[in-house]
Amino acid sequence: MAQEHAQPSIGTYVKVWGLLFVLAAASYSVGYFNVQGPVRWFLLVVLMLLQAGLIVAVLMHLVWERLALVYAVLVPPLLLLTLISIGALDGLYTFEIRNEFFAPAPAPAPATEPR
Amino acid sequence: MTQPAPTSSAATVSAPSGLQSVIADISSDQRAFKNVPWNKVMMWVFLLGDVFVFGSFLIAYMTVRIATQSPWPHATEVFALTVAGKEIPLLLVAVMTFILTTSCGTMSLAVSYGYQKNRQKAFLMLLITALLGASFVGMQAIEWTKLIHEGVRPWGNPMGAPQFGATFFMITGFHGTHVTIGVIFLIITAIKVLRGDLDNRRPGFMTGRKGGYEIVEILSLYWHFVDLVWVFIFAVFYLW
Repeated sequence: MAQEHAQPSIGTYVKVWGLLFVLAAASYSVGYFNVQGPVRWFLLVVLMLLQAGLIVAVLMHLVWERLALVYAVLVPPLLLLTLISIGALDGLYTFEIRNEFFAPAPAPAPATEPR
Repeated sequence: MTQPAPTSSAATVSAPSGLQSVIADISSDQRAFKNVPWNKVMMWVFLLGDVFVFGSFLIAYMTVRIATQSPWPHATEVFALTVAGKEIPLLLVAVMTFILTTSCGTMSLAVSYGYQKNRQKAFLMLLITALLGASFVGMQAIEWTKLIHEGVRPWGNPMGAPQFGATFFMITGFHGTHVTIGVIFLIITAIKVLRGDLDNRRPGFMTGRKGGYEIVEILSLYWHFVDLVWVFIFAVFYLW
């Protein structure tokens, strides 16, 4: 039963909770101070993965689960990397084709959009 | 297996560790993930499916954003709020993130208090989590209303690439639906906790199986997953 597996203490939760606030604030300040270029991407991805890791590992107790369950949960999403690559390649290809055969980007629609 | 044949009971077989334990679990008799409550495994399987749903949405968003010729609307300006004459970028979204992170903490506290059989505190924490979730959905409604008044539609908007509205309403709408469902189940679970259903191991309304405090932990898996998805939406939709 569930009572058999180790439960983290309330103190662990509170520490991770505080860390999540700090990381979320850091993510927000990247947008607030409008950091640009590769630094923005690096910060966003690192902060995003740190938050995701903390949530999955501690708040969702995955580090206290059986290794077989950990693998069953974490390995399949790696397939999404393939989907990301396909999406990026396809998007870039479509963009090139549009530049080749379509007129340049149309001006934004006038503000008289039907309500 | 190279293990010596156990002569008497299963107690003499030592549990394998590392990758051996994974192989032993997957190839084991009758059920994998021994000792893990079946409903927890089912929740993980469901969440794994949800990972692919949200993953597909976010990847579709990336693909159309790369492919469009029109300039993508600047999220920091679109989602800015004017407070005391000063425009603060992403203010509402930041507050929503703050609320969802807070609710994650109260949810975890509810799980702890539940296992301690502290019914009053667990109920209170579940109720606070539900209220925070409901206020998150409320703020999302405000955000949608603001954007719709500014002329953002799933097929176009005055700020730039028409794909902006389609992906925004799809992704945040699907996430908001998840939060709403979570709030409903938080309220149901809070009532069960307060009534002492879990102490008396009274069966739930859709099953004859007896419920225990692990259902609070299983609900917390769902709730933390909703926050997890928001982390990704916040980074790739609002901050890209």
